[in-house]
Amino acid sequence: MNNILEVNNVVKKYGDYTALNNVSLAVPSGSIYGLLGPNGAGKTTLIRIINQITMPDSGKVLLDGKVLNPNHIQYIGYLPEERGLYKTMKVGEQCLYLAQLKGLSHQEAKKQLQFWFEKFGIQEWWNKKIQELSKGMAQKIQFVVTVLHQPKLLILDEPFSGFDPVNANLIKDEIIELNKKGTSIIFSTHRMESVEEMCNHIALIHKSNKLIEGKLNDVKQQYRSNTFQIGILTNNIEGLMYQLTQKFEVNPTHFKSLNEDIKLEINVGNHSSNELLSILTNFGQVTHFVEKIPSVNDIFIQTVSQ
Amino acid sequence: MNKLFLILKREFIAKVRNKSFIVMTFLSPMLFVGIAVLVGYLSSMNKDKATEIAIHDEGGYVKSTFKNNKDYHYTDISAMPFDIAKDSASKNYEGLLYIPKVDSIQSLKDKVEYISENSASINFIGQVEEKVDSVLTSDRLKNLGLDEQMIVGAKVNSNLKLSKFSGGESLKGLNEIKIAIGGFMGYLIMMFIVIYGNFVMRSVIEEKTNRIIEIIISSVKPFQLMMGKIIGNSLAGILQFLIWIIVGLLLAFVAQTFFGLQLSSNASMSPEMMQAAEQSAGMLKLQSYITEIVNLPLGLMLFCFVIYFIGGYFLYSSLYAAIGAAVDSETDSQQFLLPIIMPLILGVYIGFFTVINDPHGTVATVFSIIPLTSPIVMLMRIPFLEPQHYWQLILSIVLLFGSFIFVVWFAAKIYRVGILMYGKKPTWKELFKWMKY
Repeated sequence: MNNILEVNNVVKKYGDYTALNNVSLAVPSGSIYGLLGPNGAGKTTLIRIINQITMPDSGKVLLDGKVLNPNHIQYIGYLPEERGLYKTMKVGEQCLYLAQLKGLSHQEAKKQLQFWFEKFGIQEWWNKKIQELSKGMAQKIQFVVTVLHQPKLLILDEPFSGFDPVNANLIKDEIIELNKKGTSIIFSTHRMESVEEMCNHIALIHKSNKLIEGKLNDVKQQYRSNTFQIGILTNNIEGLMYQLTQKFEVNPTHFKSLNEDIKLEINVGNHSSNELLSILTNFGQVTHFVEKIPSVNDIFIQTVSQ
Repeated sequence: MNKLFLILKREFIAKVRNKSFIVMTFLSPMLFVGIAVLVGYLSSMNKDKATEIAIHDEGGYVKSTFKNNKDYHYTDISAMPFDIAKDSASKNYEGLLYIPKVDSIQSLKDKVEYISENSASINFIGQVEEKVDSVLTSDRLKNLGLDEQMIVGAKVNSNLKLSKFSGGESLKGLNEIKIAIGGFMGYLIMMFIVIYGNFVMRSVIEEKTNRIIEIIISSVKPFQLMMGKIIGNSLAGILQFLIWIIVGLLLAFVAQTFFGLQLSSNASMSPEMMQAAEQSAGMLKLQSYITEIVNLPLGLMLFCFVIYFIGGYFLYSSLYAAIGAAVDSETDSQQFLLPIIMPLILGVYIGFFTVINDPHGTVATVFSIIPLTSPIVMLMRIPFLEPQHYWQLILSIVLLFGSFIFVVWFAAKIYRVGILMYGKKPTWKELFKWMKY
């Protein structure tokens, strides 16, 4: 599989402070790539380097196999976390201006804008000024401006901030649709549930270093602990507990269920899940049996607090 | 290059469409002419009410020469005894001009008295003295048996010819014109730098507070953005200046024809004298001024104006842009603006005080070569320049453009880092640290 973006051993220092310490990443073509990390980890610096806003002190960035150069600007769409528009400029003119800065011709920009404005049903905003729009409306314009020039790589920094749930969903669907059409997406956010839902690759940066990178499922596999949550209806609790503690590590747990069952979290270690299941079935009716898969949130917190 | 043009166009349009720009552009000349008209009107109203002056001239020596004019109204009260006249004058008149009765008219020389509550204006004193002088002089001429008419006819008005060691002819009054032209150009550059430098700074701050900056610099180089801003704003400025000049001239013309304002009036001369003097001396003067202006190195001046205008404006406005990038709001910018405005003010002062007295003195020469003051000081010196000073001009231009390139480079570095920095106001030390980023 070829990579749309490769970051090789990038170092960036601000005075004495190291913002990125020898970071390497590979974003596969067509992926939705979650770039995670606590505040101040170096995500924004990395994103700015990819956008050629700042230059790395050392290391290379390859887009589509070629060392980053000014022509690459038109292949990247960037939605920064700190974003805004000219307040007193009219929406249409502003979009045209920003699209032309990305390298689109005036006609092409106009054509694309018409498409997106129709798609979002916002044609009547064309002659309004940004200051007359609500924050959510301005965010929509901002999204349109970001994707207008049909970039190969879309970099979204906290794309959902400022959107109400309806519009956030609309934008999410657009992102997924763009991805299906072949756009690779780098997605930097603190909203773990959207990472869980949308990303197929993740990388975690912490204190200027990359700690984790890979396919979401592979990462989860790594962090899998062979722990099962079970629920059982039984009369012989003592017997069950005795048998279980002989072989496994057992802890009480909580989850929502309709039954008055006993809820346990069991680490099976090297044993198979079938062994656990056969013990359980001897004691009563199993109402709940599920492997505890580490969430991105768990992985994040676990890695960062280490 | 294409992107630079896009930015430039946007900056220009944004500036020109701005309501305050439109209001400023069309209102300021009207305001200016309006004030001029108002001042003219008020002072002419003031003159309508002539000052009432009583004359007590029993001997009748000079009272016939005091004629009423629009400034002063004279009343002859010589018939009254002096004491009563004085009493009456203190109540009904602004002042009393007392000419005592004397044996010999010549002894009036130091006897004429003006009595008033408020001290008389210099203008009035001069007028009275002049009239008494002329009466006494013609009396003396008559006693000496000389014909006054012949003496006036025999008077010669000489004209001192000024020339240079280098051979060229120099004309009187040339210095006034040189100072006026040089001063105007230097002052214009300073005003332009201060006003439009500030606009550049505000435009940078606006992009920072709007948070659009990161979107834009992901598409263009910060340097392009900075240059686009500087050029776009300067074009808007040039347009504004052109409009001002045209509208100002039009309004001044209209004001002059409709209100009949006399912009210069010489109070000490009677209208007839003024007319005569204006016609003869004025024509001569005008003629010599025209010759002088034509003799000025106009081509060089225009060329240098353009060169110093470009060099000075870019030098300063890139500094303004760097400051705008370094701060979050206009209020934070004061601390950084002072070191920029100081050399500008210094340049204007040196121009108006030193260049006028000694255009090629050490102070004027040094400051016309230092890049931060040279756009103003050298421009004021240019009308005075002789071929032996051309090396200074060339050195000054070379230094200006050398430092212009350096400052733009330096400002671009600060700008590049500053536009993405939010929060605390940086210190000078931090600004220099940014250069290494």
